[in-house]
Amino acid sequence: MNKTVQRLVVEKKEIVNKDNFILSLKSPVPLVEVQAGQFLSINVEKSKDVFLRRPFSIHDVNYGNNTLDVLIKSVGPGSAALKEVEVGDLVDTIFPLGNSFTMPNKGEKVLLVGGGVGIAPMLYLAKVLQPITSDINILLGSRKGEDQILLDRYAEVGNVLTTTEDGMVGEKGYVTDHSFMKERLQDVGRIYCCGPEPMMKSIAKLAEEKQVYCEVSLENMMGCGFGVCLCCVTDTHEGHKCVCSDGPIFNIADLKW
Amino acid sequence: MVDLNVDLGNGLVLDNPVLTASGTFGYGTEFDDFIDLNRLGGFVVKGTTLHHREGNAYPRMAETPSGMLNAVGLQNKGVKYFVDQIYPTLTKYQSKVIVNVSGSTIEDYVSCTEYLEGLDGIDAIELNISCPNVKEGGMAFGTSCASAEKVVAAVRKVYSKHLMVKLSPNVTDITEIARSAEASGADSVSLINTILGMAIDTNRRRPLLSTVTGGLSGPAVKPVALRMVWQVANSVNIPVVGLGGIMNAQDAVEFMLAGATAVQLGTANFIDPQVTVKVVEGIEVYMKEHEMSSTKDLIGGLIL
Repeated sequence: MNKTVQRLVVEKKEIVNKDNFILSLKSPVPLVEVQAGQFLSINVEKSKDVFLRRPFSIHDVNYGNNTLDVLIKSVGPGSAALKEVEVGDLVDTIFPLGNSFTMPNKGEKVLLVGGGVGIAPMLYLAKVLQPITSDINILLGSRKGEDQILLDRYAEVGNVLTTTEDGMVGEKGYVTDHSFMKERLQDVGRIYCCGPEPMMKSIAKLAEEKQVYCEVSLENMMGCGFGVCLCCVTDTHEGHKCVCSDGPIFNIADLKW
Repeated sequence: MVDLNVDLGNGLVLDNPVLTASGTFGYGTEFDDFIDLNRLGGFVVKGTTLHHREGNAYPRMAETPSGMLNAVGLQNKGVKYFVDQIYPTLTKYQSKVIVNVSGSTIEDYVSCTEYLEGLDGIDAIELNISCPNVKEGGMAFGTSCASAEKVVAAVRKVYSKHLMVKLSPNVTDITEIARSAEASGADSVSLINTILGMAIDTNRRRPLLSTVTGGLSGPAVKPVALRMVWQVANSVNIPVVGLGGIMNAQDAVEFMLAGATAVQLGTANFIDPQVTVKVVEGIEVYMKEHEMSSTKDLIGGLIL
């Protein structure tokens, strides 16, 4: 699908909790088709401290309304400046960028694992998976109970499982400690995972042990977002690959983890 | 009517003065979704070496005030891959195609160039004697007059078309190196490559780049680049191609007023992949507003 540079209108800004917010960005022209796992980049024009574009997972797509949603965690100057945009503002974007998650076999049991703001691409992925399988399990992990967000929305598209390190919501521990991992992982056809690298590595290790196919969404620091600066590389068995254009989705079997 | 043509010498005539900077524009085709590449004067494809290079370890990039550091280290699949796989995709463009050639030894530069000499669709090479991110060669060739002369003269012997030499700003006097390149047969010089820099993560007490140091680019380097272009344009008799932090047409015009015959846009492509075409249009607007009919009126048009 062709990448486009587009100024999108902020149609809605939803503050989810103290760290996270969702921007709904409306295209004045019909949206191009977006694959699950792809991302968009935003030129943060409001901040003089931000020079490069910032990449964000596409959280949801509404073709009827021509809107793209991005779930953003305020962590640095780029995301902090974006939190200040207002409804009606124009945002300079490039999308759709990167490759996408591959689809399972019909009816296959799938497990979507999101950690922290890594839950972002899992909503749209689950929606894309719905016509293919009804056995969609979504495991969401966070450090604290208050960081478990948007659970009702995920519950609409799959069977939601949760872990928190403080034990306030769901099972206590890391996502890899969840009882699903011990009891039902061997029945899973595909794992899709996005989150902090240590979490993805531990999921990848489990997947390898149980010989379950697993794809992860990586987020290295990017200069351009479309494969020309070669800054965001990750080590694969075929050498350095760009996370932005060869990824962000990688089969764990290809990574040198 | 405004004539945007520029003549860089030895057969390299561009429809307009806008080129892209090596390492920021891939092989050009990555920009097909964003712009019509035929609108550019030409494009310089990424640094090519005799052999495949994996480049440096991640992290290779750090955002800095008004710019960025990179330490990619010339990751590329080698000149043979370029000739076999990439070159056939580039012949369809009317814009001039320039290949940036890099190496660790003089023999490497020469052998790499020999692969490109016979290719009709390659209009020029840009000899990179200024990459700060490789352990051997690269910038070492561009920081002494004697070694610059040797590598430029050696490549000149095997390359008949336009030979552009890309200069490093990491020297005491860039005009000396420029004169050495000219004396050794360069048809033009391009400057500046990135300025050696560094950034530190204070929480972790570690460098932000895997290589500790890297090359600074973006608007942060523009005043330095502009000064060097002006100095070199006043020291040599071959055309100068100016680059370093150009983000818009006004920046490009500044470089041309300082004496650049053409300009290259680099880091700006990361932020706006359509910037090159906007700069072509902006230069034309500027020339109209200032009643310039030819780029000759613009190049070196600085009033002192």
